[in-house]
Amino acid sequence: MKGTAAPVAFLALLRRDLVLGLRYLADLSNPLLLFLIVITLFPLSLGPDKNLLQSLAPAIIWVAAVLASSLSLDAVFRSDYEDGSLEQILLSPSPALVLVGAKILAHWLLSGAPLILFALLAGVFLYLPKAAILPLVLTLLLGTPVLSLVGAVAGALTVGLRGSALLQTLIILPLYIPLLIFATAAINHAVQGQAIAGELYFLGALLVLALTLAPLAVASSLRIRVG
Amino acid sequence: MYAWITKYASPRYAYNLACRLTPWFAWSAALLFIAGLYGGLVYAPPDYQQGDGFRIIYVHVPAAWMSLFTYMVMAGAGAAGLIWKTKVSDAVARNCAPLGAAFTFLALCTGSLWGKPMWGTYWVWDARLTSELILLFLYLGYMALQSAIEEKRTAARAGAVLALVGVVNIPIIHYSVIWWNTLHQGPTITLTGAPTMATSMLIPLLIMTLAYMCYFGAVLLVRVRVDILAQERNSTWVREVVAEAGG
Repeated sequence: MKGTAAPVAFLALLRRDLVLGLRYLADLSNPLLLFLIVITLFPLSLGPDKNLLQSLAPAIIWVAAVLASSLSLDAVFRSDYEDGSLEQILLSPSPALVLVGAKILAHWLLSGAPLILFALLAGVFLYLPKAAILPLVLTLLLGTPVLSLVGAVAGALTVGLRGSALLQTLIILPLYIPLLIFATAAINHAVQGQAIAGELYFLGALLVLALTLAPLAVASSLRIRVG
Repeated sequence: MYAWITKYASPRYAYNLACRLTPWFAWSAALLFIAGLYGGLVYAPPDYQQGDGFRIIYVHVPAAWMSLFTYMVMAGAGAAGLIWKTKVSDAVARNCAPLGAAFTFLALCTGSLWGKPMWGTYWVWDARLTSELILLFLYLGYMALQSAIEEKRTAARAGAVLALVGVVNIPIIHYSVIWWNTLHQGPTITLTGAPTMATSMLIPLLIMTLAYMCYFGAVLLVRVRVDILAQERNSTWVREVVAEAGG
């Protein structure tokens, strides 16, 4: 019974979260708007010098992506916590790991995937060279799921607390540092015409590690917070 | 096994044990500090490259080691609290955080003071200094989470999960920062960069490390005692202890 129920429950929860996310478009669009505004601040404060912006573009795009993603994570568990459906999710016969996985996947589809499109626009704003566009998309494809997975741990730990959005951003940003280092290094190397396979493998390894451990940590954090 | 744990981890037993152990740790720390500082500041010869400037390592290196060691103790105690649900291990974990943050801060300050004469600037994005800075952020994040959750038991368990996530991440952060560092700038002189250290310089360093460990033990025990008394303030044995102390 349980064995057949788990995939069904996974898909049902994924569908529910996607429907809810698409209905509250503000939750979906606010982080993306933040991303674009942060990107815009840089040319305005640095000056419109093409070479300078070009060399800073990978760092700016990735820092803005990390900020936008961590601020959107607050919404993942909050409404479910407030209306009590989080308790029902944890009490359901399907393993919490599977359901947590569905929620994280929904978050990535609603925030991480659109961010990749917006990053292309940011690349145009910051004069990112053509050679760097594919590496930018690849690093974001490998990196944004890690942002959702690791960030969900902080989101689960701080759900329902006063000032939770700021608190979970504080907790999570230091943990994103390896991701940031390898992602920006990959794009910079691509601009210089060097091979980037090593960095991409490393990002892939981080993704596998996060995929293995983060749902466990999220499930146990939620049990602790909900009690 | 479980009976053994519940006996030794009962707040009352732990309190009494901590009372008996504190003076041992405190006195060993005091004696080792005197020996280590004398050895480091007087007995050890000046370095052939750095002169007397290198002597700050006797404060800096043990502080940097302790900053990592304390995180491991914090995560270990947190894991024990998650597994056996013992109140005492929660108290140990949450009292490690301010101590670890203090060690990290001391390592950063002494590192930047050493950097001024050696590198000509207070701050260099050296791999070790950067890792220490990130470690400080991790400690401060843990403490922010502790203060945000009112219920102590929940706070301790949430903190334990965060500390365990941190333990998985610290090696990744450390090595990615080293890699980033070698990518962006040539190797700099590092504080412990000397390939081999003369024995007369090494022995005071080891003594200082032991002194830091004992100091950490003594302060942790005192903090845990206070924490236990505050948590158990409604139980009879705490009232007896307070009455005995003339409170």
